Amino acid sequence: MAALNEEQQMIKDQASSWVREQAPVSSFRAMRDQGHELAYFPETWKAMTEMGWTGLLVPEAYGGAGLGYQTFGLVLEQLGRNLVASPLFASALVGATAIIQSGSEAQKQEFLPKIADGSRLVVLASDEGSRHDPKGQQSVAESVTGGYRLQGVKRMVMEGMAATDFVVSAQVNNESGASSIGLFLVPADHVGVSRRAMKAMDSRGYAAVNFEGVELAEDARLNGASGEGDALDALLMAATASLTAEMLGTAAAAFDMTLEYLKTRKQFGQIIGGFQSLGHRAAGLYSEMELTRSCVEAALKSIDDQAENAAELVALAKCKTNLFLHDMSNQLIQIHGGIGMTDEFDAGFYLKRARVLEMTFGNASYHRDRYASLLGF
Amino acid sequence: MNDIATQNESFRAEVAQWLEENFPKALKGQGIAPFGGVEGEISIADDAAEWRDRLASRGWGTPTWPAALGGGGLSHEAAKVLSEEMHKVGAINPIPLLAGMGVTMVGPTILEYGTDDQKMRHIPGICSGKVRWCLGYSEPNAGSDLASLATKAEDNGDHWLINGQKVWTSGADISQWCGALVRTDSSVKKRDGISFLMLEMDQPGVETRPIKLIAGASPFCETFFNDAQARKDDLLGALNDGWSVGKRLLQHERASQTGARPASSKDSGSLQDLAKSYIGVDDRGALNDADLRGRIADHLMHTRAHGLTIARISAEAKGNPEVSAAASILKNSATRVSQERAELTLEFMGHQGVGWEGSDYSEDELEHVRGWLTGKAISIYGGSFEIQNNIIAKNILGLPETTQKG
Repeated sequence: MAALNEEQQMIKDQASSWVREQAPVSSFRAMRDQGHELAYFPETWKAMTEMGWTGLLVPEAYGGAGLGYQTFGLVLEQLGRNLVASPLFASALVGATAIIQSGSEAQKQEFLPKIADGSRLVVLASDEGSRHDPKGQQSVAESVTGGYRLQGVKRMVMEGMAATDFVVSAQVNNESGASSIGLFLVPADHVGVSRRAMKAMDSRGYAAVNFEGVELAEDARLNGASGEGDALDALLMAATASLTAEMLGTAAAAFDMTLEYLKTRKQFGQIIGGFQSLGHRAAGLYSEMELTRSCVEAALKSIDDQAENAAELVALAKCKTNLFLHDMSNQLIQIHGGIGMTDEFDAGFYLKRARVLEMTFGNASYHRDRYASLLGF
Repeated sequence: MNDIATQNESFRAEVAQWLEENFPKALKGQGIAPFGGVEGEISIADDAAEWRDRLASRGWGTPTWPAALGGGGLSHEAAKVLSEEMHKVGAINPIPLLAGMGVTMVGPTILEYGTDDQKMRHIPGICSGKVRWCLGYSEPNAGSDLASLATKAEDNGDHWLINGQKVWTSGADISQWCGALVRTDSSVKKRDGISFLMLEMDQPGVETRPIKLIAGASPFCETFFNDAQARKDDLLGALNDGWSVGKRLLQHERASQTGARPASSKDSGSLQDLAKSYIGVDDRGALNDADLRGRIADHLMHTRAHGLTIARISAEAKGNPEVSAAASILKNSATRVSQERAELTLEFMGHQGVGWEGSDYSEDELEHVRGWLTGKAISIYGGSFEIQNNIIAKNILGLPETTQKG
């Protein structure tokens, strides 16, 4: 863990004790068993809002705390440990980032205070096909008099059923014929927008959202500070770096459960952690976890610092957390043996959540390819 | 700027000026070659010897050690400044190399466990770069199971009498002193009857035989003790407490091995550029071998993660690179970095990566092959890959001992 300042330590401690006391995995289980429509408990969301987490990123001028991604990552890591379901990441991190990075002053004034007080849920609608492929999107925002007409279908939209507004990515055709990718703010209740829930194996909230000839005004476009073209890229970098913090928390909890089991389960008259093959496997997983943590912290810091090598560090962090979480979630089941296969035990939740997180914002091969390209080979 | 930062900056200027006046320009960027290399004969060039002595006169070969004993008496921050300034002018510090195991392992352990008299007698020699130390640890029947060592030291009145055999003694044939683990009590549990003894190598009872390795060179020796002698007051730490002294020394060794080095000294260019020069690229600039490209990317990511982890652990230990169980993680990770890099290099060099000698292969290619072979030792020495995993499992994770030890 990087050296934390006093404020960060306080936020981390608060998140850690809240998650432990108020959001055990049994609470996630109850949500799954009830088949809750929003895929989170409104009281969970209310508690997060009251603790100020929804405003962590939002600048003070717009009603938030104006803190950075490293600080938000501390909270996400704790939430990841117990698989806490909420729209915090989708809206207070991804949605807020889109507007902070690329919003006009008017957009900031309209949206940021409401993201911070939890009254609006602004989420990204970008992925379309079976693979994360931000450059290859089919959605189109056609320039028309006075604005744009948006056409496209977005899938695996995080918290897409609960969202009040979407940040939609689409190809924009310029007058010269060249195309770039733009981001557009679209209210969920806008004419031409329809959605349905997608039931993914991690029991979290996803939607497929259809934008059918949606007429948008000129000022629906998010193209402030970062200019045309790279708004989606910048947004995905910050979102991906932050997601790795949640993934690290999920993997670390899986590691702790596994280690605890290795220290208590007896077979052949001895604690199974004393078998060298299992001891070495645990040592290998622990070492990978330490290496992964360094990558996650470096990626978050590079976003806060707007470092030149941020793209490399984010690809590194996502690839490494994907690989570690994949391995760790498999070992969680394997080392627990038969009990790991039962629905009554929590291991299955971690395994299913792991696979969804791995494919979100690009799998390992996507980021490996990106890393190689960034290094010029 | 705070006081410490101001001090560091004025120290930086002092170092830069001193280097300008004292560092022989002819040595610039020459690396370790003028200092006799790491193996075999010691032949040190005149200007290299001059540079060694000038550096030692300031204690800067061992910058953080006490000035009264020949060290530089510098803080870790100041030592970092010194190293940065030396790097800028292409100067290396040859003293850790010339002292064998003296600077990295034996010295720190003497500073921690030694008597005042032992420090006065041994530390200045290490700081001067003129006294080379080797280590007598492994024996033919005591490798990973080091506690089984059988080399015996008997109290012979005014001296210790030593009999037995050590193996894998790096540089034994060119060292003046040896730090050896010896059995001083055979009647107790294996670990409780071991002591750490320091003895001179140049005496009739000590014989060394170089061992030729798979890479062709002979950096290690077999060392035979036949009635060799050591001074009574050269026992480091308490009698029969050698296991803790020796373990502590190995932690210093691991800490010194955690920075992943390229397998070959010339191997400083980027791996991806070298791969491109052998394999070529496609239209979008991607390596013409998708599978190898993915594996090289994985390797470079692991290398970066390793570097970030060293930085993180150092920062968490507040500037003092920690000598602790975390060193075991870093040693195994550094091993992986070095060995993977060497394997990938050989693989993309293809037919040019299997040469042994002759003009069909470039010097660099041949050096990559030798470096690849030499690098196989990294996961064996200093506690093998498997022993490090035992340490992580037991000392960090708190799992039960994996094997029954006597």
